Amino acid sequence: MNNVVMLTRIRLARNLKNYPFPCRLNTAGKNEVCEKIINAVKNCNSPLADDLEVFYIKDLSEPERIALVEKHLASPEFVSDSAGRAIILSKDRTMSIMLNEEDHIRLQIIKKGLALEDAYDIADKLDTLLDENLEFAFDKKLGFLTQCPTNLGTGMRASLMLHLPALKNSNAISRIASNLQKLGLTIRGTYGEGSEPKGAMYQLSNQVTLGISEKSAVENLKNIAGQLVNQELQAQKRITDSLEAQDKISRSLGLLKSSIMMTCDEAMELLSNVRFGVSSEVLDGVKIDTVDELIDDIQPATMMVKKGEKITPRDRDILRATILRERL
Amino acid sequence: MKCQKCNKNNATTHIKRVINGEFEEYNLCSECAKEMGYDNIFGSFADDFNSLFGSFFENALPARTQATRCEFCGTSYSDIARTGMVGCAHCYDVFADRIMPTVRRIHGNTTHCGKNSQFEKPTPIEENKTQKDKPSDIDALKAELDTAIKNQEFEKAAELRDKIKAMEGKNE
Repeated sequence: MNNVVMLTRIRLARNLKNYPFPCRLNTAGKNEVCEKIINAVKNCNSPLADDLEVFYIKDLSEPERIALVEKHLASPEFVSDSAGRAIILSKDRTMSIMLNEEDHIRLQIIKKGLALEDAYDIADKLDTLLDENLEFAFDKKLGFLTQCPTNLGTGMRASLMLHLPALKNSNAISRIASNLQKLGLTIRGTYGEGSEPKGAMYQLSNQVTLGISEKSAVENLKNIAGQLVNQELQAQKRITDSLEAQDKISRSLGLLKSSIMMTCDEAMELLSNVRFGVSSEVLDGVKIDTVDELIDDIQPATMMVKKGEKITPRDRDILRATILRERL
Repeated sequence: MKCQKCNKNNATTHIKRVINGEFEEYNLCSECAKEMGYDNIFGSFADDFNSLFGSFFENALPARTQATRCEFCGTSYSDIARTGMVGCAHCYDVFADRIMPTVRRIHGNTTHCGKNSQFEKPTPIEENKTQKDKPSDIDALKAELDTAIKNQEFEKAAELRDKIKAMEGKNE
């Protein structure tokens, strides 16, 4: 058991057969689609349906919207526009359904660690129940029909969040990325943007959705992820022998434990170093789960939602340092 | 409007991003937008294809059908080419000959394999799942084989060919 795979996500894109796609719906039309889907989800006899919460994006504050993005429950594009949009969440936050994002339905199942088959199984069952009720747009040849042709076919995007500090350190990611593209996969930073993702956390996902079955796509992703994980673990072994690396890891923990103010970017880098230290057994006394919870909890909007008010970046840095000191 | 990053090119991409817990709006030229990897932020990987789409669609063949607008949703083909977004399920029929080259270019394939909508088939989906190596599985592998050959991934193709042979043998 290794700690490289942090999160598994399966996302299905679906549309109702008898409505235009969201780009061709006005707000009234979108609201109608929302109501139809919400009713169908509530009445679909899925065990997931018992514990649902529905949020209309227009009713949420800006931090609340962005916190959904920070927790991987919604896309930034989705929460940046509120008209006719809603999100259905299970109480435990393992399921989210974005309504009227790019498609009428973006159903997502999140699981901790590597759990592609389990997550797909849950998504698949719910999808079947909803299809019975709603009748999805489907074509024998093109599969499930989506607003953007990039999602045609299975409409499935399977992705794994990977922590790759050693590969990032050796500048191997861009080489890996170009090879992955040939295999129909893509890798990109989870946090931050461009070539320097914050905290060495990456998203590995399938790119092709037409002409490859869900099962094959998941297997393919799992195989490649396995290879990446092995490469990462080997690179970790090479690095952790050096005193320099051990020093960097220890100092990171020291800073996290003793700072009075800390930006999100700095905290992410340091937490990533500590996470690396814990999983490669350089550090003991810190639990990997604690680190993972902190990565979620120190995100700016998430902190503001928990505090119940919008606070300045400076006050956030103070609050962030306090949270880190208390929990490490 | 000039690009906010390079201050040289015209801004063509309007981006609403989440930065440090708040929305920020940016106007960028397409090059800077790509360089900044804003597709990471937007997550949906459709976005980075939108600009490509325009050119994809322009290269497609002229339509043979008379329809200029989809009767169901009112979308014209130029709407689709401009935005990279298809208006409704019927558009895929109406503009099929213009959309298909794009679909092939994106996926390397134009035939779905995998889960079907239950309205598509008289037999319930569950039945397929309980029995292994049903013809649908073989079809899936065959489609993958085609892709592998097209992409010159011959090692993978050989593996797939063997798998298909084994499955067909079992079913006989």
